[in-house]
Amino acid sequence: MTSGLQPARSAGRIRRLAETGRPQVRFRLDGVDCAALAGDTVLTAVLVSAHAVRQSEFGPEKRAGFCLMGACQDCWLWQEDGRRLRACSTLIVEGMQLRTAPPEIWP
Amino acid sequence: MTAVSGEKVVIVGAGPAGIRAAEILVQAGIRPVVIDEGLKGGGQIYRRPPEGFTRSPQQLYGSEAHKAVALHSLFDRMVAAGVIDYHPQSSVLSTAGNLLQALTPAGRKDFTYHRLILATGAMDRLAPVPGWQAPGVYSLGATQIALKAQGIALGGQIVLAGSGPLLTLVATQLLKAGANIAAILDTSSLHSQICGLPGMLARPGLVLRGFLMRAKLGRLYHAGVTLERIESDERGPVAMHWRDARGKSHVTACDMVGLGWHLRAETQLAGLAGCMFDYDEGWSQWLPRTDRMGRAGERLYLAGDGLRILGADGAEVAGRLAAIACLQDMGLPSPDAHSDLRRLDRFERFARSMARAFPWPRAIVRAVPDETVVCRCEGVTAGQLRESVVYGGAEANRVKSLARVGMGRCQGRYCQLAGAELIAEKAVIKTCDAGRLREQAPVRPLPIGDWVRDA
Repeated sequence: MTSGLQPARSAGRIRRLAETGRPQVRFRLDGVDCAALAGDTVLTAVLVSAHAVRQSEFGPEKRAGFCLMGACQDCWLWQEDGRRLRACSTLIVEGMQLRTAPPEIWP
Repeated sequence: MTAVSGEKVVIVGAGPAGIRAAEILVQAGIRPVVIDEGLKGGGQIYRRPPEGFTRSPQQLYGSEAHKAVALHSLFDRMVAAGVIDYHPQSSVLSTAGNLLQALTPAGRKDFTYHRLILATGAMDRLAPVPGWQAPGVYSLGATQIALKAQGIALGGQIVLAGSGPLLTLVATQLLKAGANIAAILDTSSLHSQICGLPGMLARPGLVLRGFLMRAKLGRLYHAGVTLERIESDERGPVAMHWRDARGKSHVTACDMVGLGWHLRAETQLAGLAGCMFDYDEGWSQWLPRTDRMGRAGERLYLAGDGLRILGADGAEVAGRLAAIACLQDMGLPSPDAHSDLRRLDRFERFARSMARAFPWPRAIVRAVPDETVVCRCEGVTAGQLRESVVYGGAEANRVKSLARVGMGRCQGRYCQLAGAELIAEKAVIKTCDAGRLREQAPVRPLPIGDWVRDA
């Protein structure tokens, strides 16, 4: 049984409720130009325009972080150079190149 | 007072407990090492936003603003004066002998110590709800951190579910900030809540504040609910299916769910350091064994929510006590501990009654359908876990080896307690007899390149 209920959706998952006057930071997500605000974590920055940060390796669902305090390890994503980072505990930096899937060079 | 001991004391954690422990040591002339994962000192409950955020402490911490400000300014003063050796954004990954191995922003770093104070805090205690692996399901703590440290809501239409003080608090804070909450679903019945009330009057001010907050939630709040499942599409939740206290089914549309049942002590380092543990029925989890001061073993001290879930006020007291015990054991003059010990007793009476009023949903966890994901890391289901109990035996570490519950990246932090309930239910034993998962270093995932490069 499904409820058939469809709440209103916007581009990304999160809603900014306060502190929107910070300077803009530009980064790339999966090769697409995106904008965030200085002081955003990578997780916040990504979820402004997306609903998830990666695909689960063990199930059909995507993942979007869970604990936001570095305990659950749900929000690791990739950078273009192959390095990974934990999105909830890393601040977004101008020019970051992020990926929701491993780059080609990933073994 | 000047240093009269060459002993090196390391404190892990810069929340309320770690900061107060550092203060006592500094007053005694010791320069402790403080290692903390956060960007700034304060811990989770008094977490500070990054640079560039402008909300006032009153907006961020409400009635607790003066406590947050006092701790932050004390900590910043100690850092500025150079009386503590502070290592932010650094994770202790392992401990053995008198060595701590940590990952810092500059790479791998080893710390030696003579005495160790662990103030590692707590995390949300989670119970599996069918569908909770979907993107857009978060812990209640995460929901609060998002608001406090980032000024965001993690969804446009929010269902908060679980039990405990954080449920009411986060709901109140979100509503005040202008978020859209569809329902607040408490698995604790009104009857349970009333039963816990007499003991909670050990802190009448807090009870009154709780009542006032609850009153403001009005008809969004439902007590005694059963959570049936979170319905999702590929983008995340679309509805929470639940039954009310009378058994009537409800479907509440949402695009985000926050879940949590109080807190679970973060004890991985304590375990690696050789702590003994006991299953505490009241708090329904394994907690480290210490004396009243927080002595856990030879030269090992614990404080804060990583020892007993007393909240921020209790953590400040426990931090002081652990440092006093440390000074006593070093043969140094130390402040009198009697009034802090009395306060600790009062906080514990309150916290235990709170745990009674908003209990761990044991029966609901034990009854989850086989297809429910128990381990979010690796998608292991309740059915797979139950099956492994049949062929492998009713012991948590066996079940971990065979079914991989607790083997994933969170290292059992979010599945261990539910896993123990499922093992106990299947084998018809007590939860405590299902056993506790052994800690494994590193206690956080470690990019192998960082370790190899700096070795």
